[in-house]
Amino acid sequence: MYKYDQYDQAMVDARVEEFRDQARRRLEGKLTEDQFKPLRLMNGLYLQLHAYMLRVAIPYGTLNSRQMEALADIAEKYDRGYGHFTTRQNIQYNWIKLEDAADILADLATVEMHAIQTSGNCIRNISADHFAGAAADEIIDPRPYAELMRQWSSFHPEFTYLPRKFKIAVIGSETDRAAMRLHDIGIRIVRRASDSGAEVGAQFFAGGGMGRTPMIAPLIRDFVPLDQLITYAEACLRVYNRYGRRDNKYKARIKILVHELGAAEYTRQVEEEFAHMLSVGVEPPHEELARIAEYFAPPAFVDGPKTLDRSDPDFALWVDRNTHRHKHDAYVSAVISLKPAGGIPGDATADQMRLMARLAKQYSFDELRVMHTQNVLLPHVRIADLHAVWTALEEAGLGSPNMDTIEDIIACPGLDYCSLANARSIPLAQRISERFAQSGRTEIVGELKLKISGCINACGHHHAGHIGILGVDKKGTENYQLSLGGSEAEDVSLAKITGPGFDEDGVIAAVEKVTDVYLAARADGERFLDTYRRIGMEPFKEALYGA
Amino acid sequence: MKILTGNDLRSGAVTWWNGTGWSLFVDDAVDVGDDAEEILAREEAARRVNVPYAIEATIDAGGHVRPAHIKDRVRALGPTVRRDLAVPTADKTGWDWVI
Repeated sequence: MYKYDQYDQAMVDARVEEFRDQARRRLEGKLTEDQFKPLRLMNGLYLQLHAYMLRVAIPYGTLNSRQMEALADIAEKYDRGYGHFTTRQNIQYNWIKLEDAADILADLATVEMHAIQTSGNCIRNISADHFAGAAADEIIDPRPYAELMRQWSSFHPEFTYLPRKFKIAVIGSETDRAAMRLHDIGIRIVRRASDSGAEVGAQFFAGGGMGRTPMIAPLIRDFVPLDQLITYAEACLRVYNRYGRRDNKYKARIKILVHELGAAEYTRQVEEEFAHMLSVGVEPPHEELARIAEYFAPPAFVDGPKTLDRSDPDFALWVDRNTHRHKHDAYVSAVISLKPAGGIPGDATADQMRLMARLAKQYSFDELRVMHTQNVLLPHVRIADLHAVWTALEEAGLGSPNMDTIEDIIACPGLDYCSLANARSIPLAQRISERFAQSGRTEIVGELKLKISGCINACGHHHAGHIGILGVDKKGTENYQLSLGGSEAEDVSLAKITGPGFDEDGVIAAVEKVTDVYLAARADGERFLDTYRRIGMEPFKEALYGA
Repeated sequence: MKILTGNDLRSGAVTWWNGTGWSLFVDDAVDVGDDAEEILAREEAARRVNVPYAIEATIDAGGHVRPAHIKDRVRALGPTVRRDLAVPTADKTGWDWVI
């Protein structure tokens, strides 16, 4: 994985000291909250319901054992012994004191981490396929390009005050495991035939997003040569920065601009800007990409057994559910579930983080990935080591065999923590996962992606859920809208609302009802989403609301 | 009744105006009547509280202060899903009134 050079480290260290001074001035009363707020947000420090919250960037979700151990130490030293992994492949701490914040950033800097650009109207942490560099179906490892974009977007002076926040995802497979088309810019690295054999480039999608106005990003360019990647991204950003609305924050995201201009007109303007930018010459030299790419060279895989002893049914189930096919046939990628039945999605204790770090060091070439599904991945595990990994995870409560099932729920922090939320998300996730686990229906239902947001901002990705739940405030009480048919994958679609909302008990019963409809109607091999797409909304509405 | 709440500047902890200072316990909150704006301005300027605001509340039969809005009731005790991290309270009704 990438290692800081002296410039990276110097920038991050300088930022820590700058923030230390800003925090000191706030505590001494030399800055008002109005003056300080944009400064703390630029360093990932929010004020939430119960305390300050610090969001730490994990570029494209990749971290090593030393970094994970540092995150555990921070959880214990400065927080309350745990952290929360997010849908942006980051980690958040919920109980931070302002007087500790600079010290935390200093601790992070010692392991090449920071919280810069995890908030504010700038280019946020670049996300990527969590199986990058490991997946058997991968065409190109997207991480060098994600890292190049991280470096380009960090402290970019032109894009520090955009109309609104800006999120970029990069993938290198046909399969989309990063909700790529639900980002402001989605990039798929592709290979195409050429006179010289094959050439690698990037497809650009622009204007996607969730939030209050969900949109799927249209394709705006089918192939951008990789030696023009940054130039094209810069052109996309320049058009947005110039014409994106600043008068209304609810209409300020790029998706609104692309929608209002139309994809063709937005693309025309980008192409015009691109032609101009090519003449300016903003692309980093090829040597820089080559330097970065060296850090992502495949580890020294060794041959080994390709089969395993499946006599333990619990182990076999976990292997079937939580491992993913690797490009080397003696390895798999193993998902560490942060979704125990009845647990809080994405939360991990300091001890659990340390265990994950140890397993990464011992079994996965010292590498971990934070998944946008709020789980953690060991990307490269020898099949021969799989039982030992599973045993250790089981003992730590991290061995739930539930990847992509109804227990693998994405849930935002909701009204339990978040000052923007209208309703709680976590208790729903806890009750639903517990109910399906206890009834044994999880395996019967199979793949079903349930996503819960506590407000319209959609941090829980409810628009992209096979089943989505949105919490709303109905005259001072929590109410939940149910929606069906969303997908964040390559078959991307936006979920549709079923009808009137439900109270907490009602929405849990509603989830059971829609799974009943699915089980009664499904054809062989159909996922919930497939059945929904085949039979449509009506049978589900009938079950929920009557004829 | 009208009560005042905010977050402690240093720790970020939820606090409630008790008439002379800021308390961690919602039951200490006092009715400020028409004085809300004056107290808020003074206390924020003195950096004793961060982003304070006035809210409606009631007092129940047991004498406990109950913020009117669910968000402030959650703030009063802590995350409903981590009751082990709750603000200590002598209120025997525990969490029954939060949601």
